[in-house]
Amino acid sequence: MLFFILKRLAQSVLVMAVVSAVSFSLFNFVGDPVNNMVGQDATREQRIEIRQQLGLDDPILTQYSRFIGNMVQGDFGLSYRIKRPVDELIFERLPATLELVFVSAIIALVVGIGLGIYTGIRRHAWASRAVLSVSLIGVSLPTFIIGIALIYIFAVHLRWLPSSGRSGTVDLGGWKTSLLSIDGWRAIILPAITLSLFQLTLILRLVRAEMLEVMQTDFIKFARARGLSERAIHFRHALRNTLVPVITIIGLNIGGLIAFSVITETVFQWPGTGLMFIQAVDFVDVPIMAAYLVFVALLFVIINLVVDILYFVVDPRIRLGN
Amino acid sequence: MQPNRPMTRWQRFTDNDIVWSFLHSPGAMVAAVVTVVIILACTMAPLIAPFDPFDPAQISLWDGKLPPAWLEGGQPQYLLGTDNQGRDMLSTILYGGRLSIMVGLAAVCLGMVLGVTLGLVSGYVGGVTDAVIMRIADVQLTIPGILLAILINGIGRAVLPLELREEFAIYVVIIAIGLTDWPQFARVTRGATLVEANKEYVQAARIIGLPGWLILLRHILPNTLRPVLVIATIGLALAIIAEATLSFLGQGIPPTTPSLGTLIRVGNEYLFSGLWWITFFPAIALVVLVFAVNLLGDWMRDALNPKLR
Amino acid sequence: MTELLKINGLCVEFPTRRGTVQAAKDVSLTVSPGEVVGLVGESGAGKSTIGNAIIDLLEAPGRVSGGSILFQGEELRGRSDAEMRMVRGNRIGMIFQDPQTSLNPLMTIGAQLVETIQKTNDLGITQAEARAVELLEQVGITEARARLLAYPHQFSGGMRQRVVIALALAGDPDLIIADEPTTALDVSIQAQILDLIKDLCRKRKLGVIIVTHDIGVIANIADRVVVMYRGDVVETGDVAQILGAPQHEYTKSLIAAVPRADRKMHRFSSVDYIEGGHQPSAKIDVQTHWLGQGAKHENTGPAIQVEGLNLSFVLQKALLKRNRKMLRAVNDVSFQLEPGETFGLVGESGSGKSTVARLIAGLYRPDAGTVRVLGQDVTTAPHSREARRARRAVQMIFQDPYSSLNARMRVMDIVAEPIRFYKLTSSEAETRKIVGDLLDHVGLGAGAALRYPHEFSGGQRQRISIARALASRPRILICDEPTSALDVSVQATILNLLKDLQSELGLTMLFISHDLPVVRQMCDKIAVMRNGQICEIAPTEQLFESPQHAYSRHLLDLMPKMDLLARAPA
Repeated sequence: MLFFILKRLAQSVLVMAVVSAVSFSLFNFVGDPVNNMVGQDATREQRIEIRQQLGLDDPILTQYSRFIGNMVQGDFGLSYRIKRPVDELIFERLPATLELVFVSAIIALVVGIGLGIYTGIRRHAWASRAVLSVSLIGVSLPTFIIGIALIYIFAVHLRWLPSSGRSGTVDLGGWKTSLLSIDGWRAIILPAITLSLFQLTLILRLVRAEMLEVMQTDFIKFARARGLSERAIHFRHALRNTLVPVITIIGLNIGGLIAFSVITETVFQWPGTGLMFIQAVDFVDVPIMAAYLVFVALLFVIINLVVDILYFVVDPRIRLGN
Repeated sequence: MQPNRPMTRWQRFTDNDIVWSFLHSPGAMVAAVVTVVIILACTMAPLIAPFDPFDPAQISLWDGKLPPAWLEGGQPQYLLGTDNQGRDMLSTILYGGRLSIMVGLAAVCLGMVLGVTLGLVSGYVGGVTDAVIMRIADVQLTIPGILLAILINGIGRAVLPLELREEFAIYVVIIAIGLTDWPQFARVTRGATLVEANKEYVQAARIIGLPGWLILLRHILPNTLRPVLVIATIGLALAIIAEATLSFLGQGIPPTTPSLGTLIRVGNEYLFSGLWWITFFPAIALVVLVFAVNLLGDWMRDALNPKLR
Repeated sequence: MTELLKINGLCVEFPTRRGTVQAAKDVSLTVSPGEVVGLVGESGAGKSTIGNAIIDLLEAPGRVSGGSILFQGEELRGRSDAEMRMVRGNRIGMIFQDPQTSLNPLMTIGAQLVETIQKTNDLGITQAEARAVELLEQVGITEARARLLAYPHQFSGGMRQRVVIALALAGDPDLIIADEPTTALDVSIQAQILDLIKDLCRKRKLGVIIVTHDIGVIANIADRVVVMYRGDVVETGDVAQILGAPQHEYTKSLIAAVPRADRKMHRFSSVDYIEGGHQPSAKIDVQTHWLGQGAKHENTGPAIQVEGLNLSFVLQKALLKRNRKMLRAVNDVSFQLEPGETFGLVGESGSGKSTVARLIAGLYRPDAGTVRVLGQDVTTAPHSREARRARRAVQMIFQDPYSSLNARMRVMDIVAEPIRFYKLTSSEAETRKIVGDLLDHVGLGAGAALRYPHEFSGGQRQRISIARALASRPRILICDEPTSALDVSVQATILNLLKDLQSELGLTMLFISHDLPVVRQMCDKIAVMRNGQICEIAPTEQLFESPQHAYSRHLLDLMPKMDLLARAPA
């Protein structure tokens, strides 16, 4: 068991090492940092001075260890474009993204797992078939098209909800939240649905597939042969065995939500980190790109660790060994 | 149970469980027909499109922003209306679809060749090689594909000199999507390889004395292709979506040679002013294409997984 | 009314795309309290279908299309699912084949027992737990109370099957249907489980239906026997009569095909009643044929010589070497095979016998020790030209007829592979001719070459495997449980084929099996293996008549008692 956890931790460290190396190389290979700092018409002396200030003439390993040192302290330097510290920019925009992801995750998990179980149990009911057909359309709809469609219907056509932006935030000691006002909810609902829809259909289909697979196993057949009720079979025996693979899915799902928040935030002009990232890519604003990369990787590593620990809790075969 | 004489090729073909399941699944057949029709129509765009959207002589700004032919103000030669520059929507969609499909196919092929090769080697050789390849795949899989594609694409564009960006944009997109695709293929291929490599027919081949590469190519590879085919089909749908997403975000194919995603992006600016058809028709084309491919992939997965039949 | 269960004219059908399959045709049988009825037949006989039909758990799309199932005088057909749930568990218990998969891996066995007990009896949780302990003790599990908190994976296979039996008994049923209850278990555990079932049957006045393909199981436990063939009941009767004086042609050939443990016979009795029993065989004359013209090896010593062979596997990884769990799969094994003899390697699963075979074949590299093939050391420098040449003289037949052939290749290409690779012929036309001859010789007919493996049955696939092995013109044939996945009647024909080939070609054979009667019929000399070590090596008759090692005696004692079997002429 210790071996298992150590292995996972080592893997996480490896991931972070690789990602930090990639973001470090962004600084060196994408664009010229000096040009970005001083502009095209600086003199040669000015450039040399900046190079020295930034330590760009040091050996590459020294630069890398300095980068790691700063990274651990959350220091990614100044944004080329906005000329403000990157960590400040990220923390300013973090609440918007996290709240959006949180609301979407709840929608996706609750509806996705619920419908997945239903369609897995009532395999041949017409409602299951309908849900399943609709879900395939859901998988085929790119996130941005869902967003555009929702904006067109609810904002442009019906004029019920705002089409973009994040309004009605309440300040809770530096954390601006949308979840405490009606306006805030009105603004978050469309982007949250947009973001959740794709993941929801994925979860639904995976839960259903797992459920069907578990229902084919011998121990379910044996439970039937003992005359246990369908209820006990579905919920006590099948569902728990379905949960094991579903935990992985939930981990991936939250990761996916963070990734797709980039698109949703662009469509809805939602002022989160994703929108900031896409703008940074447009302007080759390397510090923000690098910081966002490290930040997202860190989130994923944490999610994966939590998932591994959850496995331990749910599955006695891992917990107790053979 | 056994037929008394060998079946003809056609008999064997229709007797195959998968073909039989296909011929008895209307959804899969419709999806296949739709996919083939769309792909054919798009690849033959220069032959069947009513206009050439890249020929300035055929475009007049006077005809800009015309609604579809059946609406008031529509003109019969522009069946689905025109965009802001006066280009025929139907023609731009056909040309755009051609680009989207090309990019999707190329990206999936790149990811598949890379992934299958690495997966085979990883599964058969094992040891350190396996550990290194699979750790890289694991690391990459922790980061969702679309994010990685945006990043690789962004880096690719930034590295290219400005004047070459538009010209090479399409290759950058293909590489970005292909590079994000490979771990899926590698994982599945490696898993299947491990299963197959332990089967007794592979041991028999080793006892005969065949060299490893020949066993990989002749025995293991053909037996791992089924799941790869499923992933490739679903991967094609995802790659088309990924390209559209990149283009929609303004990171992909430039508006001078628009793909479906670029068209939707451009049209989106006119949505609020009521010119819905400039976005709507490319979006519908994209969704129908992806849906049909997904339907095929879905059916294939069920058909190839006999446990759930 | 003395019968517990009375089935009359039961028909079960499975609609498939190739037409409706009649899995059971007009089946009638009865079970009385305190009686064990054996339902025996080979694969495809429809025996499991009967058990599933009784408790209305047929796999879709199967359905009962006729007949009646009277249980304690009540008709079970046409009952609603809710009514059947009150029958299942409470009045009829079921035991399945594989204890590895019959239990929910995420629930403690206590929780599974309590749940089942509370469903069938109106008991509180403490009473139900007390009852669970009682049940576990009855099926022979010690320290039952502590074991309630254990998960299934913490039990061995035999113990799990005991838990499964306890679960089946939880509702105090009057009838138990056991579907191949011992097939997935080792011989020594098989006997214990059968004794337990028999004991419970007597004590509780249970009716038991035991579904099996194994005549040995029937001989050990059944009072009456129902023989099924392709959905039909061909014969019903007292166990002594069925085994000793079978009436129906199928039963006769089935019984004749069972390998005898009590004496060695020249060949297995011819079995005509089965598919593939008559082969359109145009045998070739091996003396003049290509097959007999293999490479000459100047070797006068042993065909195979194994010395001090060792191999360990890592069971559980750990950072520290001393924490790693290792399994010594092969522990200092030495023996030798004289040219032309058949050498048997017997033992239970996990004894390391298959690993030894794979070491000799070169699929594994040993940690220590040497293997000599025809006098040539093939372990020290395995890639040398001499080692590879010697190794080509060794070919292998595998256990699983389904995974031992590449499903994507035609039989022609499978068999021709070594011929083409080593360019053993001068032309492609000659290769094709030889493949056809080989297929003829193993009894498949040359026409088989154009088909794919999935078009053949298990026994036919084993023949293809044999043809493939012959195509390398081997001097030594390793057979790793070549017939354990086959029905007995098919087994007899395959074993006869192997015997014929050996005498025609003068092959040396290493024959690996867990089945002692089969080994007695096939081998000249036998090595008994246990936990990676060889306990005893002795000539066959000597081993069976006067075993020296305690473990050999133990294994021989566990052989099913076949005294009842019909005395076929030797």
